[in-house]
Amino acid sequence: MADQKFETPALREFRENPAIQKDSMAHSQPFIAKPEHNEPLGFPGELVDNWEEKAVAKLGDLLEKNRALRVYLDSCVKCGACTDKCHYFLGTGDPKNMPVARQDLLRSLYRRHFTLAGKIAPGLVGAKDMDKEMLDDWYKYFHQCSQCRRCSVFCPYGIDTAEISMAARDIMDHIGVGQKYSNEILAKVHVIGNNLGLPEPALADTLEGLEEDVLEDDEVEVKFPLDQHGADVLLVTPSADFFAEPHVDGLIGYAKVFHQAGINWTLSSQASEAANFAMFIGSYEQMHKVANRIRKAALDLGVKRIVFGECGHAWRVAYSFLNTLAGPWDFLDPNYPVPQHILEVTHGLIKSGGIVLDAEANDDKVLTFHDSCNVARASRMGDMEGGQFIIPREVIKASCNNYVDMDPQTIHEKTFCCGGGGGLLTDDLMELRVKGALPRMEALQDVVDNHGVTHLAAICAICKSQFSKVMPYYGFSMDMIVSVHQLVGEAIQLGAKE
Amino acid sequence: MGAYSVNGTDFEHDEEGYILDVNNWNEDLAKVIADEEGLDMTDEHWEVVSFLREYYNEYQIAPAVRVLVKAVKKKFGKDKGSNKYLYELFPYGPAKQACKVAGLPKPTGCV
Repeated sequence: MADQKFETPALREFRENPAIQKDSMAHSQPFIAKPEHNEPLGFPGELVDNWEEKAVAKLGDLLEKNRALRVYLDSCVKCGACTDKCHYFLGTGDPKNMPVARQDLLRSLYRRHFTLAGKIAPGLVGAKDMDKEMLDDWYKYFHQCSQCRRCSVFCPYGIDTAEISMAARDIMDHIGVGQKYSNEILAKVHVIGNNLGLPEPALADTLEGLEEDVLEDDEVEVKFPLDQHGADVLLVTPSADFFAEPHVDGLIGYAKVFHQAGINWTLSSQASEAANFAMFIGSYEQMHKVANRIRKAALDLGVKRIVFGECGHAWRVAYSFLNTLAGPWDFLDPNYPVPQHILEVTHGLIKSGGIVLDAEANDDKVLTFHDSCNVARASRMGDMEGGQFIIPREVIKASCNNYVDMDPQTIHEKTFCCGGGGGLLTDDLMELRVKGALPRMEALQDVVDNHGVTHLAAICAICKSQFSKVMPYYGFSMDMIVSVHQLVGEAIQLGAKE
Repeated sequence: MGAYSVNGTDFEHDEEGYILDVNNWNEDLAKVIADEEGLDMTDEHWEVVSFLREYYNEYQIAPAVRVLVKAVKKKFGKDKGSNKYLYELFPYGPAKQACKVAGLPKPTGCV
């Protein structure tokens, strides 16, 4: 909120570790969901009776269903490799934001009830009972994890803190302690079709406005079709692409690519959202429901392909789980990947000559690229290893002559989270968001100072909104953040194809 | 949770100061909300607020930032038709702070 008081951290010597500041973020927690946010998702409205036992029972249930969770809880050897890898620790110095400490919040309960040593001698093995203090710590610190998985890259056992944080949030939802931001949004998706709450007439009006804008700027009739039966491609994109800046400029870029390549495409008012916030709260059931809107839209519209727009966690869900969640997709054209990323489409068209880009159009900019965590560490693009790193960079370089990477320790699979992922992009966590962005801002400042970088490109709606909000705290202009397809949209030669 | 008090009447708002019932809005209430936000309401502020309310009445959602920018440009001229200008009017963001003053629900999602 506007009246939150905190100090923006100073940029440090590049990649310096912070001094420990015990409990420095113990006051940070998001608004708790009300019954009207929880109940539509099938969760209890508020804290249930006997919640201590019910939390343990739910953990037992998750351990049965998710073998990986048990392995993650069992296998930590406290080596310390993860301790300085989390952007929230680096930005706040709060030792509970060390990934191992975050894991231990759940691990202590696991040990108490599901290991022999913890049952017999809890004090010796860090085993604890569930109580109010533990629940408070869970609510605070599992909402200081953006599930970005950077720590797991450095863990010698591959322990995935994101999975642990998802499990903890799922347990909390099941005892009636949900997070307002995520649960309110999920309820909206089911009623209106997108996170934003954008009804069909407003969507249609927005798209019509974009057609007018492109016609005015480029004198070309680029269409933004909605609910067009028989289109070849269904584009599923985050609803922020219809609403926020610079997201909309990315959407204009996708439309220009489809137009120029002669691809018959449509958006759907029913599946007007790529995001799937159910992943953030660790709910398979919700994830399944949200994903099935896309299946239904694809069937109703009779499309042959599904393409996802620039959205980080949506691409993780799409790339990694879409088939199990909402498959089989045997009604789609098997000649194309199911699903396909818009960058794969654009990249392919650049290679084949299906679209022509004039990189000089972006000569006023020097670009760098922020790898979004879910794309970088939980998915791939194209058919080559590391395609999720190569393809966005090749598309940017085809659209812009000046490109520089940030420090190697902060990109590709080691990329830092923007600070707003995993269901934390909410105003009530602004202090956390600003401080969590610190490592990325330091790496950015480095290329600004040494290479004259003017713009930061991203392919995730959360990253774009987060950066446009937090960059001014660090002295950067909010319009420094751009969509990758915004660059494509500027450079594309409409009508130049032979 | 709390309420704005306007001439002896209470208007309930959520944790962040968005009023709970969009139909309860009136200009006096808007002045009180703007005051809480530390905004000095000029004619330009009121124009934005009134556009937001008109749009909301038709579409049950706040307009996209781009749509708002276009409307402002039409009304105040080219030099004021930018997202940046809207941020000058509403430093916490046209989509959120202006919505709050206009009595609209907060846009949610990745925005």
